[in-house]
Amino acid sequence: MTDANSYDAIVVGGGHNGLINACYLAQGGLNVLVLERRPFVGGAAITEELHPGFSFTTFSYALSLLRPEIIHELNLVEHGFLPLLLPTAFSPMENGDYLLSTEDEQFNDQEIGRHSKRDVDGYHRWSHDVNRVIQLAKPLFDSAPPDIFSDDPDDRADVAWMMKQLGGADRKTMHDLIRFVTGSASDLLDDYFESDIVKASIASSSIIGTKVGPMSQGSGLVLLYHLMGEQDGHHGVWGFHKGGNGGFTQVLQRAAQGFGVTVKLESPVDHVVTKDGRASGVALADGTEYAAPIVVSALDPRRTFTELVSPLELPSDLNDAIARYRFQGTSAKVNFALDDLPVFPALKGRTDHFGGFVNIGPSIEYLERAYDDAKYGWYSSKPFIDGAIQSVVDPDMAPPGKHVMSCFIQYAPYELKGSDWETERQPFADTVQAVLESHFPGFGDLVLHREVVTPVDIEQVAGLTEGNIFHGEFLAPQMYFMRPAPGYARYNTPIDGYYQCGSGTHPGGCVSGGPGKLAAMRILGDRAKKG
Amino acid sequence: MLMKTTPFHPRLNELNQTGLYGHWAGHLSALRYDLSSKHEYFAVRNSAGFFDTSPLYKYRITGPDSERLLAGMMTRDVRRCRPGQAMYTVWCNDDGYVLEDGVVFRHADDDWLLTAADPNLGYLESLKGRLRVEIEDVSPDYGMLAVQGPRSREILAGLAPEVEGLAFFGLIDAKIGGAPVTLSRTGYTGDLGFEVRVEADDAMGVLDKIIQAGEGHGLRPFGEDALMMLRIEAGLSLINVEFSSARYAFTDAERFTPKELGFGWMLGKGGSQLGEDRPFVGRRAIERELRDGTSRWATVGLWVDWQEYAKLHIDRGLLVPKDENPVGWESMLYGGPDRDERVGYATSLMYSPVLQRHIAIARVRPGHAARSSTGLGSTVHLEVTVDHEYLSVPATTDRLPLYSPARKTSSTPRELAPISSRMENR
Repeated sequence: MTDANSYDAIVVGGGHNGLINACYLAQGGLNVLVLERRPFVGGAAITEELHPGFSFTTFSYALSLLRPEIIHELNLVEHGFLPLLLPTAFSPMENGDYLLSTEDEQFNDQEIGRHSKRDVDGYHRWSHDVNRVIQLAKPLFDSAPPDIFSDDPDDRADVAWMMKQLGGADRKTMHDLIRFVTGSASDLLDDYFESDIVKASIASSSIIGTKVGPMSQGSGLVLLYHLMGEQDGHHGVWGFHKGGNGGFTQVLQRAAQGFGVTVKLESPVDHVVTKDGRASGVALADGTEYAAPIVVSALDPRRTFTELVSPLELPSDLNDAIARYRFQGTSAKVNFALDDLPVFPALKGRTDHFGGFVNIGPSIEYLERAYDDAKYGWYSSKPFIDGAIQSVVDPDMAPPGKHVMSCFIQYAPYELKGSDWETERQPFADTVQAVLESHFPGFGDLVLHREVVTPVDIEQVAGLTEGNIFHGEFLAPQMYFMRPAPGYARYNTPIDGYYQCGSGTHPGGCVSGGPGKLAAMRILGDRAKKG
Repeated sequence: MLMKTTPFHPRLNELNQTGLYGHWAGHLSALRYDLSSKHEYFAVRNSAGFFDTSPLYKYRITGPDSERLLAGMMTRDVRRCRPGQAMYTVWCNDDGYVLEDGVVFRHADDDWLLTAADPNLGYLESLKGRLRVEIEDVSPDYGMLAVQGPRSREILAGLAPEVEGLAFFGLIDAKIGGAPVTLSRTGYTGDLGFEVRVEADDAMGVLDKIIQAGEGHGLRPFGEDALMMLRIEAGLSLINVEFSSARYAFTDAERFTPKELGFGWMLGKGGSQLGEDRPFVGRRAIERELRDGTSRWATVGLWVDWQEYAKLHIDRGLLVPKDENPVGWESMLYGGPDRDERVGYATSLMYSPVLQRHIAIARVRPGHAARSSTGLGSTVHLEVTVDHEYLSVPATTDRLPLYSPARKTSSTPRELAPISSRMENR
């Protein structure tokens, strides 16, 4: 092997966490190589022109949880970071009415009041209580989880720190936190609201990426996770990056290269090379080898622990935990190129309700029944759709006057009972389109191109096991100091020099960058200790 | 209604979803059209927006001595402004204090238009003497529409291809839908942008053409709130915010010289840009200030330390506020070993969405100004109020503007969005 193939650290996988990890490592003085299997970086956060002039966010479509400090610490603004505000969120109802929320709180009060007078102040109390819970959880979200199983004094200090963070909470906020983490979104929302559409517009965030319904215990955690996002100081607010999430990962690539990181595309890693129980580099599928004393996997836990290395090299409790770790992807996408904006009959002639998400899931019952289908192995006959006509706020996404619409769909279970996704690809998309048609009559006539992304596509193209968009579900037993496995949640692995930085580590999925950053801190810390 | 409306008002009023208006030079001026001013702001930074700037005072100055009049009044050497060009300048009193700022548009050797925020006809007349010059207040005769943002050029080019070749601060006469207009590459947003001046009777027709041309390009109207965010990022000082007219001040503490306001570039090093053989109002005082180094202030940008700003709030159990609407008052700046020495004040402080930082336009003692060679200047301590307590947060001085995209002055076509994969590359 030549020196040219030697690095201080190799990151396997050029998704957002891999790139962010590489940036921090390079900032810490390391010579870093990122190896990406595909011809472009981004992983599941990509934007592709799939129909002439139309840019599709094939998989991930929104910037929600990106940690603000990463923007500053990596000077992303200099490299073109530009998050666009979504001025509205629109929830159509089955009776032709709707709920429109905007940036103007006083408008929102009146709008909620159309549906329920008592939900108006209910919404204010909800927002305040949620912010208190976020404030309590945030330090834990933004820090590496402690190792509660260790007797090491440093680890005991971490545990004490965690208890101190939680110790400052008042009774109600602590109770709320526990209810979020263990309870159902539906129960939580019932405390504040009576209107179906108000509840459902919030509850839709309680099911994303996880095989739960809003009535399932555990959906509260999914909801809380999605509320941890922050845009320009506003919590729970989502935005689009210019050029979609692929625009964001292009910015990350520029930043990485600015820090001196080498990014090699079309370089699929076959396995991590180990020697005497420690990592020494990687081998590509074509046999090329790169050497480094540090190898970081940005892939999901199953690939990290069963494909890149052999389970034979790992302790059995970790192997068992990874075997138990739940992926069971349940999301799909149908992306459309549209000839014009859809028409919502009650708002005919208007377009300002399309400034952000179009949330089709008008009641808790609608969402729960959509889940029922998935529970028994089929996609929802009336699915939840998180739509977004991105070209409204970012006209660069489509030719003038034309539009792209990203539709995130639940539920679409990875495993179908008695059929497979290749067979069901178009029937499934037709089901989705029929729901859109029922809310936006004439929708079908606007469709110029339709891109169906099944859970199997998510697995095969983006490389996410079983198509789980978060590298593993958001369920309490696989979060925080148990993500991805109890005792293996601090970004290192039992193999010396081999680390993990993907969404299968704390804090978890979404384009937060938290795992990439926290893993880099760990790696740099270990390196400093060794001197 | 007693308050006047602009020639674009009937259509703009239809577009206004908020009913919010301020008063500007005796006219209704929309604060915002959309429920979110930040949405309007992003239209200008990412696609295009239009702003009704008609309330500005407008003076037509013509005649063989028009250049002499303006050259004798303006601080910048407007003789260098050729026909087909516009020039931003200030004008001063005899003591070299700024009276006002405005833009001169030179249509021909002897045909100028001056825009100003305050009424100036009396002052202009007072300088006329025996010069062969006509001065006319044409304020109500024209509508002026600023079309700003990365897509502004292609939107206008669909109506008047002349804009394609227009250089920064160039102007050209053209037609939109048969109506004569003057197009200039000017604006108050720090972005690529143009202003369209049109006779009042034609204003609605031209506005409708522009709105139509902007369909599919994300063009939307923006109001004063969004303009304020844009101009602070662009480092553009605003009268009655960054400074007030020396004419109406009671003390010299309220008055500022061009150099103190950050307009040293208008003067050039040692006054090299002031021009030969050009006596103008305030020249001797300005030259004295430059020679003796007596400037009391420097105008700079501030980058607020984001970590310290966050900590101030988090430590007190608060969420970290990031408000793009500027703070409506001056915030003091401190320096010295004990941070108790007053070294200046921020005049416009906001959270910039595009820069993702709290930024400000500030006036500091010259020793704390940005160093021209390295850009970055010294650390000052900005006063902020948290939980009803005066606290301070470190900030670094820098040269203005803090945001200046290449497209503002360049002639290259719009950059494509950075996406992962385009069809032509596969």
